[in-house]
Amino acid sequence: MTETDTDKKSRKMQSVGRMKEIMTGYYIDAKTAGQTGRKVAWITSGGPVEPLIAMDIIPVYPENYGAMIGASKMGADLCARAEAMGYSSDLCSYARADIASSLIDGGPIGGLPRPDMLVCCNNICGTVLKWYEVQARYYDAPLFILDTPFCHTEYTDEAKKYVRRQIMEYIAFLEEATKKKFDYDRMKEVGRISIEGQRLWQAVLDTAINRPSPMTCFDAFFHLALIVTLRGTPVTVDYYRSLLAEMEQRVADGISAIPNEKYRLLWDNLPIWYRMRWLSEKFAAHDACLVADTYTTAWCMSLRYMDENNFLDSMAEGYTKSYLNIGVDEMIKIVLEMVDKYDVDGFVMHSNRSCKPYSLGQYDIQRAVQRERGIPSVTIESHMVDERSFSESQTETRIDAFMEMIGQKKG
Amino acid sequence: MITAGIDIGSITAKAAILSDGRILGSKVAFTGYNAREAGRSVYEALLRELEMDAPTIERIVSTGYGRNSVVFADKAVTEIICHGAGAYYLNPHVRTVIDVGGQDSKVLAVNPDGTVKDFAMNDKCAAGTGRFLEVMARAMESDLDDFGPLSLKSHNPSKISSICTVFAESEVISLIAKGENREDIIAGIHESVASRISSMARRVGVQEPVMMTGGVARNIGVVRALERALGVSIEVSRFAQVNGAIGAAVIAAKI
Repeated sequence: MTETDTDKKSRKMQSVGRMKEIMTGYYIDAKTAGQTGRKVAWITSGGPVEPLIAMDIIPVYPENYGAMIGASKMGADLCARAEAMGYSSDLCSYARADIASSLIDGGPIGGLPRPDMLVCCNNICGTVLKWYEVQARYYDAPLFILDTPFCHTEYTDEAKKYVRRQIMEYIAFLEEATKKKFDYDRMKEVGRISIEGQRLWQAVLDTAINRPSPMTCFDAFFHLALIVTLRGTPVTVDYYRSLLAEMEQRVADGISAIPNEKYRLLWDNLPIWYRMRWLSEKFAAHDACLVADTYTTAWCMSLRYMDENNFLDSMAEGYTKSYLNIGVDEMIKIVLEMVDKYDVDGFVMHSNRSCKPYSLGQYDIQRAVQRERGIPSVTIESHMVDERSFSESQTETRIDAFMEMIGQKKG
Repeated sequence: MITAGIDIGSITAKAAILSDGRILGSKVAFTGYNAREAGRSVYEALLRELEMDAPTIERIVSTGYGRNSVVFADKAVTEIICHGAGAYYLNPHVRTVIDVGGQDSKVLAVNPDGTVKDFAMNDKCAAGTGRFLEVMARAMESDLDDFGPLSLKSHNPSKISSICTVFAESEVISLIAKGENREDIIAGIHESVASRISSMARRVGVQEPVMMTGGVARNIGVVRALERALGVSIEVSRFAQVNGAIGAAVIAAKI
């Protein structure tokens, strides 16, 4: 079945334009902060951004920038430059690309704005510690490290005290950097808006429960940018509210994300940013819709711990129990919940050489999914930004064989 | 029904023709630079050998890395599914298939009905594949066909620790320089291949009967090393190298 232009047009999401506008405005604000007298803080994707928003500091995400580098296919060049500086090719490709782009003021949008301070939370990996130290030295800017202990099974009382105390140190660090008093009332309001944004994001992702799904994980990878960069701001809430309305309308109108949804799949790990279109077309050609993923869900997964009436405490727990800071058994529970919730026929794992904490337990998770739910899985090996590590024909054979296997099973 | 399967691998192109479930014939040729041409010529050569005309072939399925370049095929199916179908055709009891070809190695778990339950493939590295053995044969100045029998004479296989083809080649060269015996080095090479493949096989789960397919199955040294590494006996059909093409022809009868 070939798709007509009208079909393609009706499938196109209206919100995409608005999203690009918001992100452009955000980066203009960040790049001109020096002229407007606002401060810029670089922060890790899993770091608590809400106190920055409450202090009117512009958060900037090297990881979001890494995604832009990947999508613009500038990753291989920047990674190679970092290797020439002496960084190993085994290092995270976000870290390599970011470090190199600082040095040459290059990459998309001509590089990120200089940080006035850096905030690093190790709830996503250990690489960020050295990566942020390198950048703090390079820009001669103060660095705050929030150390979140790994939660193999639970968030112990000791961990709770330890993280909570650091949140107070974080606030003192921001007061020192801005020479302003922290406004706890404003914090409460930002916390409420952050939770609302996360709820709406979860609701957007949940529209994929519908058959056919109005969106794919490739759409989610795109629309994710705001909940990462601007959570805690009203613009995020407004945007996801309108995106949710659009998705609900698509469901009501029977508009599916791919022309003929026959199989539903779950994606694990970060996107392969430079191959998004190829992958999405490849799966769509097999009538397979990647309806959900563990990655974009990570920005609303902590909702279960969040309490707007006790935001700072609950935030400490939520950030500590992020998806990459819990044991594999806990991750398995989440993946199985997602397999059931989105009713998927297969599991696609990106074994991402850049992201060790995300890729380490994958074979165990794969075995558990196979054992508990009996659905097939496939592994795709790559780096999320460094396109030199992607092998098209190998990946193609794996995906084709995986889809043939699901076809043999499901008919 | 008369069907054909054409398997375009990275090193060799294979064709097989089946008539109502009986193998009429098969053929192997080098793929060379032009995969499209290789598919056509190996297929036409087989037709000539069997004194058959192209119109008598009712359906054709292509497989292998060059599967999409066989423009005259009715359908392209991956070699993973085809090796499962081929092995099942050769032995309906088979539950695990280890296919080691020119540029990749894979392990398949096969369902009792011959469909594929799960598979694992080597990553981008060529270590543990036919190409790896070719590189080693060049370094050893030996004919690859002698590798199997020579390695069986070894009592003390050398240790090849590197997991990279290029580094393993340097390792082999330094072993030669040290004067290690040829049989032991070759046996060591086979063990390093077996160790790579066996960890992949364990990931999928090894259930007997186990069959090895693909060009490397012709090397008895690798087969024995794998049997030792996995602690199972491995059967190898005389059609091992053309198993993918046979599977493709089997699938062609079903579409």
